[in-house]
Amino acid sequence: MLDFPKEWDFGWEVIKFIDGVVEWVVINWDPFFSAINSGVLHILLPFERFLLLIPWWVFIILIGFIAWRAAGWKFGIIAVSFLIAMSFLGLYDLTMSTLAIVLTASLICVILGLPLGIAAARNNRFDELLRPVLDGMQTLPSFVYLIPALMLFGLGKTPAVMATTIYAIPPIIRLTNLGIRQADAAVVEAGRAFGATASQLLRKIQIPLAMPTILAGLNQTIMMALAMVVIASMIGAKTLGTEVLNGIARLEVGRGFTGGISIVFTAIILDRISQGFAKKERRVMTR
Amino acid sequence: MSDKSHKIRCQEVWKIFGPNPESVFDLIENGASKQELMEKTGHVIAIRDVSFEVQENEVFVVMGLSGSGKSTLARCINRLMEPTRGSIYIDDTDIAKMNDQELRELRRHKLSMVFQNFGLLPHRSVFDNVAFGLEVRGEKKEARYKKSQEAIELVGLKGWERSRINELSGGMQQRVGFARALAVGPEILLMDEPFSALDPLIRRQMQEEFINLRQQLKKTVIFITHDLLEALTLGDRVAIMRDGEIVQLGTPVEIVNNPSDDYVREFVKDVPRGKVLPVRDIMEEPLVVITEEQPVAAAIGEMEKKEVDFAFVVDSTGIFKGALTKEHAIDTKDNGSVKAGEIVERECPTALPNATLEHCLQLVAECNIPVAVLDEAQRLQGMVTRTAIIQATGGNGAQNGSNGKR
Repeated sequence: MLDFPKEWDFGWEVIKFIDGVVEWVVINWDPFFSAINSGVLHILLPFERFLLLIPWWVFIILIGFIAWRAAGWKFGIIAVSFLIAMSFLGLYDLTMSTLAIVLTASLICVILGLPLGIAAARNNRFDELLRPVLDGMQTLPSFVYLIPALMLFGLGKTPAVMATTIYAIPPIIRLTNLGIRQADAAVVEAGRAFGATASQLLRKIQIPLAMPTILAGLNQTIMMALAMVVIASMIGAKTLGTEVLNGIARLEVGRGFTGGISIVFTAIILDRISQGFAKKERRVMTR
Repeated sequence: MSDKSHKIRCQEVWKIFGPNPESVFDLIENGASKQELMEKTGHVIAIRDVSFEVQENEVFVVMGLSGSGKSTLARCINRLMEPTRGSIYIDDTDIAKMNDQELRELRRHKLSMVFQNFGLLPHRSVFDNVAFGLEVRGEKKEARYKKSQEAIELVGLKGWERSRINELSGGMQQRVGFARALAVGPEILLMDEPFSALDPLIRRQMQEEFINLRQQLKKTVIFITHDLLEALTLGDRVAIMRDGEIVQLGTPVEIVNNPSDDYVREFVKDVPRGKVLPVRDIMEEPLVVITEEQPVAAAIGEMEKKEVDFAFVVDSTGIFKGALTKEHAIDTKDNGSVKAGEIVERECPTALPNATLEHCLQLVAECNIPVAVLDEAQRLQGMVTRTAIIQATGGNGAQNGSNGKR
């Protein structure tokens, strides 16, 4: 009487069922996933090739310049020294691969997330439907995405990008939604009073007014993408996370540490740059 | 059916807020009060059976305290809010029946709006804000530039085109709002408490500029305000609203002189009448008018006959030339050949018929002859004496004037 009755335990059936569904999808939807696979690779590979092709010093100067524009000259110097330190640790190439996946996933997040956020802002019912889905995407342990992604796309970079996209897309959807909903009602009303159509209102008023909030969402999306990429190294994407993973597997504390510190450096650079642009936009609006 | 000069005609307009506005009309007809309606059904009557007409080029002011429905009324006229019942005609077209496309065209061309909180786009420059309405209706770049530039110059913002909105003061921001509304070349301007958010000095200045501009521009204006003095100074006619109804509609003079009920009377009580009433209302026939060709002797004769000590001098076409005091005429009457035109005092007080009494009182305080009232072509229309002004302004207005000058 103390234990939950064994005959009520359907855990195994549910597991079997989900396995069945995924297996069915893998077999029958293969063309679909192949298409996604090649689509993702078409963005990712040129990107990665480009990052690895440009001379290392050009890249470092370029990042230094962007960091200076976004967050001031002090941070420009910090960003450059971080990148040089990572190069000395022999992790320059892995950093480029990491960046390629993070930025590709972030780009896909923007392409999908902006329209979804706008739709949610304009349609309360859609917003209500979307909300629990986003909650789920953010709270499910990120490892859970890895298995189906692995099954659908096989080992490699595409499942990493897809898992990263799913994990990192909620903030940009949420904050686009929020930004548009919070756009100053008086300004939107003025737009209507001058005969703007719904799409003119969106393009000329709501999105520009929401821009600081949308950029804050982009910042969060990028940070979450980086966090996920590290985990995605478990399914074969070679990134800085691979170093950490190898460090754990082989009990090499040093390797784990250098990999880890490089991830932190990358995170700081991405965060400050994207936050810098968001802050700049906000200053323009409210000074 | 309607007179051509009616630019806007509101007919039995109702606006009720709540889950199902149509359902509560039965209750209202049975005499349910505002409170009852709110408690029983959760509906609020914002506008209750309002009808009025606005003439072409008239400034029609809707005045009321907050919650009187005045802003809602303005928004019904361009359908930013949908009237629950009733018709609103603009040039004989019922806008309540327009579809979205027609409504957009109306807003883009015929009717523009100025807002209390400006409603400007913070991410755009002054110029791009002013050009917004033109951009929305798809005008070519050159036309956009020309029209926006004209509007910017009209409101005195030349040189500020490239500034950002948040670099400007409140008064300047509202100029941008005004220029944006004018740039589309509308026939009708809806102004929703345009000066309420400004501090008093700037508000005063903007009111004066508005008066000047409207004479140049010839637009039909619906002006919303909670400030009675503003309503009376700016409006050709004023509608006073309370609880969604118009309690009185009339010219400023009618409202000041004959408040329709205690509510209006209470408002009007504190209005300095001298600031509101135009001199046109109390001017008299000038007693002695002589032409500049008449000899001075004749002028003196006229003045003696009428027992006054001044005369107004006009030329043969009736254009005002100046005043002549009896004293001055007697002093210079030497040989009888001097004409009135030669010794006329050109620096004498004159006013337009719509100048306020207060303004005239300041003029008469400076010299001892009445103010000559002239039309825009400088023709003599009448005169006002100090006594007449003091009597007309009654208590408070007269005090203001005389204190200022003694």
